Amino acid sequence: MWRGRASFDRALGGLHDEVLVLGSMVDKALERSIEALRRLDQQAARDIIHNDLTINQKRFEIEEQAIELIATQQPLARDLRTIVAVLHIIVELERIGDYAEGIAKIALLHGDQPLLKPLIDVPRMADKARDMLRRSLSAFIEHDAQAAKQIAAEDDEVDALYDQVYRELLTYMLNDPRTIDRATWLLWVAHNLERSADRVTNICERVVYEVTGRMEEMNVSKY
Amino acid sequence: MEYTHTLEPAREAPPAASLIVERLSAWYGARQALRGVSLEIAPGQVTAVIGPSGCGKSTLIRCLNRLHEVAPGTRVEGRVLLNGEDVYAPGVDPVLVRRRVGMVFQRPNPFPTMSIFDNVAAGLRLNGLASGYELERIVIHSLHQAALWEEVEHKLRQPGTALSGGQQQRLCIARALAVQPDVLLLDEPTGALDPVATLKIEELLRQLKERYTIAIVTHNMQQAARVSDYTAFLLAGEDRVGELVEYGPTGELFTNPRDPRTEAYITGRFG
Repeated sequence: MWRGRASFDRALGGLHDEVLVLGSMVDKALERSIEALRRLDQQAARDIIHNDLTINQKRFEIEEQAIELIATQQPLARDLRTIVAVLHIIVELERIGDYAEGIAKIALLHGDQPLLKPLIDVPRMADKARDMLRRSLSAFIEHDAQAAKQIAAEDDEVDALYDQVYRELLTYMLNDPRTIDRATWLLWVAHNLERSADRVTNICERVVYEVTGRMEEMNVSKY
Repeated sequence: MEYTHTLEPAREAPPAASLIVERLSAWYGARQALRGVSLEIAPGQVTAVIGPSGCGKSTLIRCLNRLHEVAPGTRVEGRVLLNGEDVYAPGVDPVLVRRRVGMVFQRPNPFPTMSIFDNVAAGLRLNGLASGYELERIVIHSLHQAALWEEVEHKLRQPGTALSGGQQQRLCIARALAVQPDVLLLDEPTGALDPVATLKIEELLRQLKERYTIAIVTHNMQQAARVSDYTAFLLAGEDRVGELVEYGPTGELFTNPRDPRTEAYITGRFG
């Protein structure tokens, strides 16, 4: 005899879809923020800042859906872990959205000043973080703990790029103190990207928890 | 009649009893209901027994106080060690076992012709365990323990059946406690009660576990999750014989069960 859980399964599936929607909004925000910075496009930067409200709103909507499922379905075992994972993952996603907003604000900060230097490693960091983000959400949907661990390990690459950016910008500042403002801004950008990748690592931890029931710290960032 | 004695424990609280089940199998005539169940029921804790209908949950706890053998044609193999002594050893009096291992059933079953007081006193009188002042003291103490005293202290001479369903069930718990058992078994004790009466019983179990080893059979997984420290999941296979699938701390079993059959059952994928 099977108990009816078709509607619960549909609701859980809907929750997964919503997490993917939020993930895609955040991914786009990161992409656009780097583009706005590269072109110092003030209007694009303002759009990103404005759009962050939509991301926050989406996160609250998903949270409410998850809470409603807990209240009405009293989920257990894997179902419970999935919903708990969703509640954590959407917070991580929202924070990555905030980092994108932060990068847009740095584009605005530049005003009429050009970038200190052409962006090379910063877009690389963004590409890597975004790639990790998209794959972490696929791992969540596919319940793939192995992939999640692999993605978390790749955070080292982002950290290495951050080191590189840091050293380069430090050289600029030491050689010409007039560059300190703009170098610091770029350092903040790199820091936001480094933090974004850390947040992806947290998402990976939740994927492993959802699949195995074990809470493991994956990658302790050195920053 | 007024009872104004100060409340004292009927005895010094001993450490809660241990109950160990070893390779327990049970039959109804030719039909086997349970196969090879082994588990250690944690002393001073609440252990929930869950599983779909027909998995042998009730049979298991009825074997623990030798109530299973009351039905004709039944048979038990294996051992049940109460504080290290096998309750199935030759020469053990099943009546004494049932006094040390009390049982509460799904339907509250107060003795219909007896008052509230006499319901609780019945076991003590029948066994000649107490009389007079001592009897009154134990009855009052048991009613306190069952969280019923304040609701009945002025109507102890009224019939037990005049109480509400939830109160009747707590009266039955008081009756079970009056003979000072080591272990309390409850078979779906809130199955016939409304949610408020259910929560009262659950709260009561949390208080009682300080002194008693408790096992509760329940269909309600949320109840098992709320009330128990350990959970045992039983399941009948294709041959319809119940077996223990998984036993462990309740928090673990309900968040991360080890056996896929437990996972399937508690997430409603079958049952």
